[in-house]
Amino acid sequence: MDLTLKVWRQNGPDKPGEFKEYEAKGISEEASFLEMLDIVNERIVESGGVPIEFDHDCREGICGTCGVMINGHPHGNQKGTATCQLHMRKFNDGDRIVIEPWRATGMPVVQDLIVDRSALDRIIEAGGYISVDTGGTPDANLIPVPKEAADASMDAAACIGCAACIAACPNSAGQLFTAAKLAHLNLLPQGQPERYDRTIAMVEKMEEFFGSCTNHGECEEACPKSISINNIAFMNRDYLVAKFKDRRKAGQT
Amino acid sequence: MTTLDAKVPAGPIDNKWTGHRFDSKLVNPANKRKYEIIIIGTGLAGASAAASLGELGYNVTVFTYHDSPRRAHSIAAQGGINAAKNYANDGDSVFRLFYDTVKGGDYRSREANVYRLAEVSNEIIDQCAAQGVPFAREYGGLLDNRSFGGAQVSRTFYARGQTGQQLLLGAYQALARQVALGSVKLYNRTEMLEVVTHDGRAVGVVVRDLVTGEISSHSAHAVVLATGGYSNVFYLSTMAMSSNVTAAWRAHRKGAFFANPCFTQIHPTCIPVHGDFQSKLTLMSESLRNDGRIWVPKSADDGRPANDIPEEDRDYYLERIYPSFGNLAPRDIASRAAMRMIEEDRGVGPLKNGVYLDFSDAINRLGKDVIEARYGNLFEMYERITDENPYEVPMRIYPAPHYTMGGLWVDYNLMTNVPGLYAIGEANFSDHGANRLGASALMQGLADGYFVVPYTIADYLADWLNIDPLATDHEAFQEAEEEVSGRLEKLLSINGSRTVDSFHKELGHIMIDKCGLARSKEGLEEALDRIPRLRNEFWSNVRVPGTDDTYNTELAKAARVADYFELAELMCRDALEREESCGGHFRVEHQTDEGEAKRDDEDQAHVSAWEWNGYGEAHTHHKEPLTFDYVALAQRSYK
Repeated sequence: MDLTLKVWRQNGPDKPGEFKEYEAKGISEEASFLEMLDIVNERIVESGGVPIEFDHDCREGICGTCGVMINGHPHGNQKGTATCQLHMRKFNDGDRIVIEPWRATGMPVVQDLIVDRSALDRIIEAGGYISVDTGGTPDANLIPVPKEAADASMDAAACIGCAACIAACPNSAGQLFTAAKLAHLNLLPQGQPERYDRTIAMVEKMEEFFGSCTNHGECEEACPKSISINNIAFMNRDYLVAKFKDRRKAGQT
Repeated sequence: MTTLDAKVPAGPIDNKWTGHRFDSKLVNPANKRKYEIIIIGTGLAGASAAASLGELGYNVTVFTYHDSPRRAHSIAAQGGINAAKNYANDGDSVFRLFYDTVKGGDYRSREANVYRLAEVSNEIIDQCAAQGVPFAREYGGLLDNRSFGGAQVSRTFYARGQTGQQLLLGAYQALARQVALGSVKLYNRTEMLEVVTHDGRAVGVVVRDLVTGEISSHSAHAVVLATGGYSNVFYLSTMAMSSNVTAAWRAHRKGAFFANPCFTQIHPTCIPVHGDFQSKLTLMSESLRNDGRIWVPKSADDGRPANDIPEEDRDYYLERIYPSFGNLAPRDIASRAAMRMIEEDRGVGPLKNGVYLDFSDAINRLGKDVIEARYGNLFEMYERITDENPYEVPMRIYPAPHYTMGGLWVDYNLMTNVPGLYAIGEANFSDHGANRLGASALMQGLADGYFVVPYTIADYLADWLNIDPLATDHEAFQEAEEEVSGRLEKLLSINGSRTVDSFHKELGHIMIDKCGLARSKEGLEEALDRIPRLRNEFWSNVRVPGTDDTYNTELAKAARVADYFELAELMCRDALEREESCGGHFRVEHQTDEGEAKRDDEDQAHVSAWEWNGYGEAHTHHKEPLTFDYVALAQRSYK
C-alpha cells in the first residue's frame, strides 16, 4: 500500500516543531505500524536525512514504551491495542496518516515523537508500592486473597504506563494511570495498611503534573489494556475516605 | 589456558549457601552508608538488587537506558516463575527443582549455584506476594500453579499471561520506594558505555545521556551489571529492540571473561517470520503447551487448510517421539523437532515455516471460557499480529532466538574475575547450563537481585571500609571517557552508504544460519570468515545520521551493533571449539542415531570462559571444570 505521512518533527525540548510530509510507498499490509516507520526511516537515512525519533522497545504491547497520536487517536483507533501491535492492514491504500507525540504540559516533547513521561515515575514514588523490605516475609499462602479481589487487582495492574490516557484526555488528567495503580494495591489485603496514606500521596502528586478529571471517559477508550474508568470512581471514594480519616487522625472530627 | 576457581564453598550441597552466608564478611549497618554501589539495568535482577541494597543502607546509583525502569524486557515474560513450594502436593522439593534444572541444562551448569537458586525460590514467591504481585489464585484464596516444560510437577506461579510484567512492577515499585527515600539515585535514558578499572578492579562506569549526548563518569566501590542477554545478535529475536550486549561486552573488553557464549536458546513457540521488513519475533508463552497440541501434516507439502486435515493425517510428533513429556518437552528438544518437521517439508503456513499449536481438543474438553481465562491475552495478541483467530484455526508457531544462557563468567558470589564487578540475572552464565527451563529466568533474575548479591557483595566491600571510591577526575576515568567519545565520533564520521540495520540484518542472517538451531564445523568456519569482513565493511561504510548532542537512536544502535560483531565472532569460535551437542548447542557432527544431542562428558564437561586479548586478536580459552556430585550424568531422556 502507498501512504502519505504527516509527522511532527521537533529537534529538542526547547526547539520549535513543525509537521513534515513523507511518502511511504510499497508498505506490506502485514507490517506493523512501527515497522512501517522503520521502513520510512531507512529510506530517510539512505537519502541523507535525519530519521524520525519515536519511542519503542518490546513491540509486544507490554512494555508501554511506544505510543503516538495517529490521526488524533492515541495508539490509533483499534481498540485495546498499543501502537506496536497496530498493523497496516487496518489502514487503506492511499491513506494520509497524521502522526504526533502525546501532548500534555506534564509530558514535554523530548524529540520528534518522544515525550518525557517521568512524571509517572514520580507518582509511583509517592506511594505506588507496599512497604516491605526484602526478606522475612511470611509464607505466600498465609495471605489468602479472594480470587475475585486478585482478578480485579490484576485487571488494574495490567496498566503498561504508556500515558495514552493522559494524551487522550481533554484536561490532560492522570487519573486513569493513578487509579489503576491504586486499585491494584488497594484491592489486595497486603495493600490495606497503607491504603489511605497511599491514596492521598499519589493523588496529590498526580495533581502537581496533570489536570483534573471531568469524566469524559476518553482515557478508557484510548487505553491499550482497556482499563476501566471504574477505577477512577474507586480512587475518588478512597481519597474522600482518606481525607476524613486524616481529619480524625488530626483530632478534627 | 588456566583453570578457573569458582570459589564454591565446601560441605554438603544443602548446607553450602547457609554456611557461606555465615562465613562471609558483613558490613555493619552504620558503615553501609559509606559505600557506593553502581547498578546497570533495571530489569528483574537490577531493580530487585537496587531496591534490596538501598534498603540495607548502601548508596546505590542505578542507570537505565529506558525512559522508566519499568520498561525493561523482563516485562515481556509471560508464563510464570518456578518455585519449589510443593503447594500442589505432587512431590516437588528443593532437590527436585535443583535436579530438573541441572538436567534441563544438559549438565553444563554449576551444581552449587543451581542448588542455591532452588533453595531461595520459595522466598521469592513470599517476597512477591507480600509486595502485592497479583498472582493467580484458587477460589479458596491460595496460590494457583501450572506446569511448564521439562518438569513433571506443577510448580509455576503466574499472573495471567503477564507474570514478568507483574514481577517487574513489584521490583520497580520497591525500587521507586527507595528512590523516594533517597537511598537510590536513578538515571533514566542513560546508557552505560564503559566499565572503568584501576589496579585490576572495577571502580566505576562511563555513561551517556541519550537525550543530551553528555558523557559522564561515575565511581563506586562495586559495579553490578544486570544488563540481560544478547539474543539480538540474531537481529530477529524475541528480545526488545534495544536489548543489547554492550555493557557486558565493554566489561569483557576490560578483562571480564565471557562464558559459554554459544549457549543460546531458540524458543519453540514464536509466531513465524512473515516478511523481510520484520523487526522482531513475538513469543507465544510456553504455558500454551499445557493445553495446545503440536502437530504437522503426516505427508510433505499437504496444502490443505488445518481444519480440513483429518485426524489420521496429522502427526502429533512431540507426543509420538516423547510420550512421557509430550507437548511439554523442554525447549531445545521441541525446537529441534520442529526444525526437523520443516526440513521434511511438512511445515505449514504461507511460507511453510511453521507448525500447528492446536487448542481444539482443549476447547472441546474444557470449553472456550476456560481457555480464554487462561490464555485470552495471548490469543488476542496472536490475532492482532496474524489476523487469524486461534479459537477457530490452530496457531502457527516456529522456533525463534530467545534467551541466552551464556554471559559473563561469575564465581559463586556472582562476581566476575574482575574484582568489584558483578554480573546478575541473564547477564551472567551460571545457572542454566546449555538450556534454560521455562519459568526459570524470572526465578534467577529475582534470586540474584533479592537474595544473593545483597549478601555476597558485603564480603567484597568489607575490605574497602573508609576508602573513598576513585575520584572521577582520575586519569582512568578520563581515558575511558575519551575512548567512548572517540568511538561515537568515529561512527558519526564514516558517512558511508549502508544503514546500521542493513548490517545488523546481514549479521543476523549469518548467525541464525550458521550458529542457530544446528551448527556444523563447516558452517561455523564460514561464519568466522564472513563476520570479520562484514565488521570491516561496517567500520568503513556505515551511515550514522545526525549529531551526538540530541536524541539519536541510530547512533546508539550503531554502537551496539559494533559490539555485536565482536560477540558474534566469539560465539562462533566457542561453538566450534565445543565438540559436542548439549542443550541449545547442537553440532550436527555430534548426534545420536535418533538425532538427539550427544554430549561428551569426558572432554567437554566444563565452562568455556574466554579472555579478551585486544581488537582483532584471538581470545584465550579458559576452562572451569564441572563436577556432578549430586545429579548423576546421564543421557537426557524425555521419552
